[in-house]
Amino acid sequence: MEKERFYYDNKIVKMFLIATVVWGVVAMLVGLMVAFLFIFPNYMEGISWLSFGRLRPLHTNAAIFAFVGNSIFVGIYYSMQRLLKARMFSDVLSKIHFWGWQLIIVAAAITLPLGYTSSKEYAELEWPIDIAITVIWVIMGINMIGTILKRRQRHIYVAIWFYLATLVTIAILHIFNNLEIPVSAFKSYSIYAGVQDAMVQWWYGHNAVAFFLTTPVLGLMYYFVPKVANRPVYSYRLSIIHFWSLIFIYIWAGPHHLLYTALPEWAQNLGTVFSIMLIFPSWGGMINGLLTLRGAWDKVREDPILKFFVVAITGYGMSTFEGPMLSFKNLNAIGHYTDWIIAHVHIGTLAWNGFMAAGILYWLAGKLWKTELYSKKLANIHFWIGTLGILFYALPLYVAGFMQASMWKQFNPDGTLLYGNFLETVTEIMPMYAMRAFGGTLYLTGFLLLAYNIVKTARAGSTVEDELAEAMPLKKITSSRVQGEAVHSWLERRTVLFTILVTVAVIIGGAVEIVPLLLVDSNIPKITSVKPYTPLELEGRDLYIREGCNNCHSQMIRPFRSEVERYGEYSKAGEFVYDHPFLWGSRRTGPDLHRIGGKYNDNWHFNHMLDPRLTSPGSIMPQYPWLLKDDLDISKTVAKINAMVILGVPYTQFDLDKAVYLLKNQAAEIEKNLRQDPEYVKNYGAANMQDKEIIALIAYLQRLGTDIKADQSAQN
Amino acid sequence: MLRYIKHHLDTITGVEIYPIISLILFFLVFTTMLFFVFKMPKKNIEELGNLPLDNDIKNNSHE
Repeated sequence: MEKERFYYDNKIVKMFLIATVVWGVVAMLVGLMVAFLFIFPNYMEGISWLSFGRLRPLHTNAAIFAFVGNSIFVGIYYSMQRLLKARMFSDVLSKIHFWGWQLIIVAAAITLPLGYTSSKEYAELEWPIDIAITVIWVIMGINMIGTILKRRQRHIYVAIWFYLATLVTIAILHIFNNLEIPVSAFKSYSIYAGVQDAMVQWWYGHNAVAFFLTTPVLGLMYYFVPKVANRPVYSYRLSIIHFWSLIFIYIWAGPHHLLYTALPEWAQNLGTVFSIMLIFPSWGGMINGLLTLRGAWDKVREDPILKFFVVAITGYGMSTFEGPMLSFKNLNAIGHYTDWIIAHVHIGTLAWNGFMAAGILYWLAGKLWKTELYSKKLANIHFWIGTLGILFYALPLYVAGFMQASMWKQFNPDGTLLYGNFLETVTEIMPMYAMRAFGGTLYLTGFLLLAYNIVKTARAGSTVEDELAEAMPLKKITSSRVQGEAVHSWLERRTVLFTILVTVAVIIGGAVEIVPLLLVDSNIPKITSVKPYTPLELEGRDLYIREGCNNCHSQMIRPFRSEVERYGEYSKAGEFVYDHPFLWGSRRTGPDLHRIGGKYNDNWHFNHMLDPRLTSPGSIMPQYPWLLKDDLDISKTVAKINAMVILGVPYTQFDLDKAVYLLKNQAAEIEKNLRQDPEYVKNYGAANMQDKEIIALIAYLQRLGTDIKADQSAQN
Repeated sequence: MLRYIKHHLDTITGVEIYPIISLILFFLVFTTMLFFVFKMPKKNIEELGNLPLDNDIKNNSHE
């Protein structure tokens, strides 16, 4: 048979490579801005779109979907073509994927600072962008599967299985977690409420880490580490076992994000068991990656690219050891809500994702521009600065996490809390935050060196965008097994069947989590005193979401003596049945707010929002002066309540008809309360405060966690 | 959307056994996979492991 000549599309790889570098700088820069807000809370004073609650989702989304996302696409588009001996299925689809993805990132970078958010972590983007993501993802899928179908290589290498698992699972996760009822072009409510919403969210959150930050990058590891070291993967058998067990187990482990919460006990236990099992496939993969370098350790000394890979894979090993450990309930009780988690995820992103990306980018820069890397020395410096950066980032935060958790739990002999004021536990760890910002600066500096190095390489190199290749076309052979062919080898050439099996594996794990979720409704003890939010409180809740308060404040008091003593009665599942979406939060930079209602008077909240340091000296919370200036938008109040009715929240016809009237009444009431303070009357007495946003937020905060108190007083 | 189907699932009797079935299923899948993986001939394994190292211009066909 005659060999066929064809061209690999290098242009699309270059485009994604440039995007990775650009978004990498942006993501890390925003991260640094956020890190500095901890030390200098006032430095972006009064600029609403640069406040912490809005920038933090921008940072996480940019790091995950823009930086790591584009870096994955770089590797996929390069390795798929070569592993399959075929040009990508369609240049047009490749381009649509590229530009579509970049547009989505730009849309995120605009909407998140403006406060358009669904509040669900790593899924904050509002519904029109969610739809765009789905469309672009499907286009990428068609392009990938099309390429596989026109391949000239019979067997599909392990890297591509990981890409396929990513394709299928992310699609499922994204769609189910983002089912929402739109209220307007940029506002929607999750169709799930409270406990159910929490469970779907962390099924998504956990598996987004698995199938966006882990599986595709493992695929890249299985291609690029052997390629750069010029030796085959340590054990191909191990890679098959790694693949199937990883995708099968990962998806079951989501509930470990909700230990000690109001989630049913058995669902928590299931999450713990599978999280601990997960350590085996994860470490199998790490060992496979590291041992690929057996007999080539001398090369690791010379080659900065291999150095990046070694630290990346080690980082993968560390975070996949730490993950299961954090799933033990006793360790989780310490780590949850503290900076330990922040340190943990940054080992994953900075070491595993960031360094894998760096190694691949350096290697590809030489290949794509057909020249030597501009400076190996600079790459080495990047490696060392970056590694130091990771250590300076993570170690102080581990210390901070431990310190703060133990301060939260210490009691005086008389039974009162030793650190009764939450703020004391924050001011104690400020030096750690300073060191973290220093670590982040180092890491960004290293990455800027990479950007410079790659620009220089590209300038010196050739601009040829297509690469000639030759390969034999595939002979048709029977779709059943040929004699002597092992079952898995046979499976590796049956792409469609393979993809279906992957989907089944993922769906079984998903179903095990989703079925309890469907049943959860019947497992939640109803609390009769829990009522829907009033129109003003609902508007206030949307402001809480817009400002991203849930990024620093949890609304979930765990059943520990120390938490009940500090915050009040622990949270019950039945209290959240009207919470579309749930706002439990995952980190306590500030105190829990679930029982904040009635704890302080309205004036306290008013002054606290104006400047947190007026009421709480030393606080690192941002100021919210715009809440006092901007009128509350009540044009959508009725539509919002209507959406809630569709979701099954029992508002009456009266509530709907009189929504605005009820809202204004309650606002006037709160304004009247504020007037008890002569200072307020002097400064804001003529400011028509009842029309401002602050009133709605106060209404919501004062309502939080009070329903159950009504129940108790009724019983007494 | 989901609320249209969830109440049907509420009424399944003995649904608690669901996780146990899944676990058994998982165990079976896992051991079957191990069995087939270790049965793969060495030559086959080597060829597959060498896929990324194929030179772009040279043709190695594995048929």
